[in-house]
Amino acid sequence: MVTTKHTLVALVEDKPGVLNRMASLFRRRNFNIESIAVGHTEQPSLSRMTVVVEGDNAKVEQVRKQLDKVIEVVKIVDITEDEPVARELALLKVKATASTRSEIIQIVDIFRANIVDVSADSLMVEVTGDEEKVDSLLELLRGFGIREIARTGRIALPRGGIAPLLVEEGKKPKQPPKPLPSEAESPPNW
Amino acid sequence: MKKTGAQILCESLIKEGVEVIFGFPGGAVLPLYDAFPQYPQLRHILVRHEQGAAHAADGYARATGKTGVCLATSGPGATNLVTGIANACLDSSPVVAITGQVATPFIGKDAFQEVDITGITLPITKHNHLVLDAKELARVVKEAFYIAQTGRPGPVLIDIPRDVFQQEAEFTYPGKVSLSGYKPTLFGHPSQIKRAAGMINGAEHPVIIAGRGVIISKAFAELRELAEKAQIPVVTTLLGIGCFPEAHVLSFGMLGMHGMAYANKAIDNADVIAAIGMRFDDRATGVVSAFAPQARIVHIDIDPAEIGKNVRVDVPIVGDIKNVLEVLNEQIIPRDHIEWFHQLDQWRREHPAIEIRECEGLLPQYVIRQIYEVTQGDAIIVTGVGQNQMWAAQFFFYDKPNSLISSGGLGTMGFELPAAIGAKVGCPDETVWCIAGDGGFQMTIQELATIAQENIAVKIAIINNGYLGMVRQWQELFYGRRYVHTQLSGPDFVKIAEAYGLAALRVRDKREVTAAIEKAMEHQGPFLIDFIVEPEENVFPIVPPGATLVEALELPRPEIVTPLT
Ligand SMILES: Cc1ncc(C[n+]2csc(CCOP(=O)(O)OP(=O)(O)O)c2C)c(N)n1
Ligand SMILES: [Mg+2]
Repeated sequence: MVTTKHTLVALVEDKPGVLNRMASLFRRRNFNIESIAVGHTEQPSLSRMTVVVEGDNAKVEQVRKQLDKVIEVVKIVDITEDEPVARELALLKVKATASTRSEIIQIVDIFRANIVDVSADSLMVEVTGDEEKVDSLLELLRGFGIREIARTGRIALPRGGIAPLLVEEGKKPKQPPKPLPSEAESPPNW
Repeated sequence: MKKTGAQILCESLIKEGVEVIFGFPGGAVLPLYDAFPQYPQLRHILVRHEQGAAHAADGYARATGKTGVCLATSGPGATNLVTGIANACLDSSPVVAITGQVATPFIGKDAFQEVDITGITLPITKHNHLVLDAKELARVVKEAFYIAQTGRPGPVLIDIPRDVFQQEAEFTYPGKVSLSGYKPTLFGHPSQIKRAAGMINGAEHPVIIAGRGVIISKAFAELRELAEKAQIPVVTTLLGIGCFPEAHVLSFGMLGMHGMAYANKAIDNADVIAAIGMRFDDRATGVVSAFAPQARIVHIDIDPAEIGKNVRVDVPIVGDIKNVLEVLNEQIIPRDHIEWFHQLDQWRREHPAIEIRECEGLLPQYVIRQIYEVTQGDAIIVTGVGQNQMWAAQFFFYDKPNSLISSGGLGTMGFELPAAIGAKVGCPDETVWCIAGDGGFQMTIQELATIAQENIAVKIAIINNGYLGMVRQWQELFYGRRYVHTQLSGPDFVKIAEAYGLAALRVRDKREVTAAIEKAMEHQGPFLIDFIVEPEENVFPIVPPGATLVEALELPRPEIVTPLT
């Protein structure tokens, strides 16, 4: 089985314990969460969660379906195939002396990152981008001495017009519904 | 009008049609107990251990199809429910568990009798909820019942702090629920159903495997129509027993570890399997990689997460069984499978599974068979876990839905007695026989007091083999006959029963079995029979762990296979 990184995005009700329910499911089904990011959405009372997990397709699909059973999860989709735009924000505190400061600033500029705080012996750098970009900046700055790092983990949106998590207010799912991903996945007719 | 949280809860339960609560009081639920006398229509049955309350609610739910309710106080009361909740969860039984919690200002302070029961039960409930305001209570109760009994049923726990019971709030019971994240798929996808029909119509060696989903969905007529129209043998899971009459010519018994050899053989040779309302549990499939090697599988289940979880599926259909089968049956072309049945009958002759061997002593299988004969099959059988459970499944014949109540997924010893209480309370006009192991019976034996106090007329048959029989059997077959800590010196169950105020008898001789069972049946009220059976009788067939379904052992052999882990 090939394991790859999957990006799952979920729309969840803003209720106490939701994060706990989801995290506990990952643990129970033996999955490591690589990153998880939660924030508000355009709809009040709903949050959006982006979870990155590693696993083979069948296992990730099984976890997705289990997560979908959590009552507060309104919708959850695996958007990996959609090649979404994925971003992460990182804050890095780098050691800086009079002699290294300008070199650091140059590197930061190349990455279109920002210096957001300056002190006598350090700089704080803010960078956004995909994980590789954050990783490479980190690599380059490591030589100067990294004091502290804070990364948000991935957030992602599919490209183009599709909005897989869009739920229209007051609209009931028609019966019979469209095939679930698990149904759509199965082989074609005999 | 304003009411207290306790009153709101009681009135909400009444609105949900609750008739009986299995419970046990304590500090955190005292305000609720204090309100009970205002609601005489809510019958409260005082159990002797909260595990009993949860199993009784579960047994009630399985026997009636309604949602069972259990109640416990905070802390130890709540944790005592845990086994029963997990049991209900694995067997998809609709149960609403209500727990008291410490008053809201104390939550999180490790207060007296505080446990995080919503945290503890998170992985073993379908949903749970800590109510922090009496205003929420009616809605939460409404949602709890809705979630517990719709879709794939399961337990829902409501945790209510003591001060919320006392808090006053306006009471209006909501007419409907709105849960944007919970909308079970009830109707199968038409094109998948069409593909399933095509596959079934074209099958030469089809088999139906029917599970508890058929019972939950009440799809008995539809299942029967499918089987008869397409002439397909029906095999059931343990929990599916009763969803298809075992007297029917198309019935091929139970599959799995202790299933009929011919049922397992049929599956092994099937070219198309219609798996209906079952979840391919490892006790049913044997080694899963070798399960039904030649078959294409149609899997119909209301829970999308079950599809593709354990076995590869060719046609997945998510929906309520009854709805799906209604549509599917229209597309089934009547036909027969004469050759296939010829073959099946031959296997049936070669592997007679239901056999009671010649024996001077009292055989457990004979006890079960006599209960069948005396009741003429018209009874609800509630089993323990272990050998007694498998014999009850094999040697009683079930023609009615919900006539076998057994702990399948969790395999909980001690389920039998409290679950039988629940079944009898839910179906007072039915004969309820509790088939208990001498080991499991001692795990919830205290519920004899509940039976006596409420005069619950369950009939109890202890299959007393002096062993944790099923474990002993494994030690015999797979661990070189080393019986390590499986021999039991039980108490005198007749004296115990009498001490609790129950009528009881002991039977050692097979010639006394029938009369004893008849006596128990004639007796008004509860009755216990302690059947002292052959101690080392084994359950056959048995598919050894790690083996495939067709590698079942059918006859006792002296030395068998390698030790297992
Ligand atoms: C609570 C619990 N503990 C342990 C087990 C493991 N177990 C399965 S069957 C069995 C033996 C049951 O003995 P008994 O109740 O006497 O039934 P018998 O098999 O003898 O009919 C045991 C210990 C279990 N299923 N449940
Ligand atoms: Mg025993």
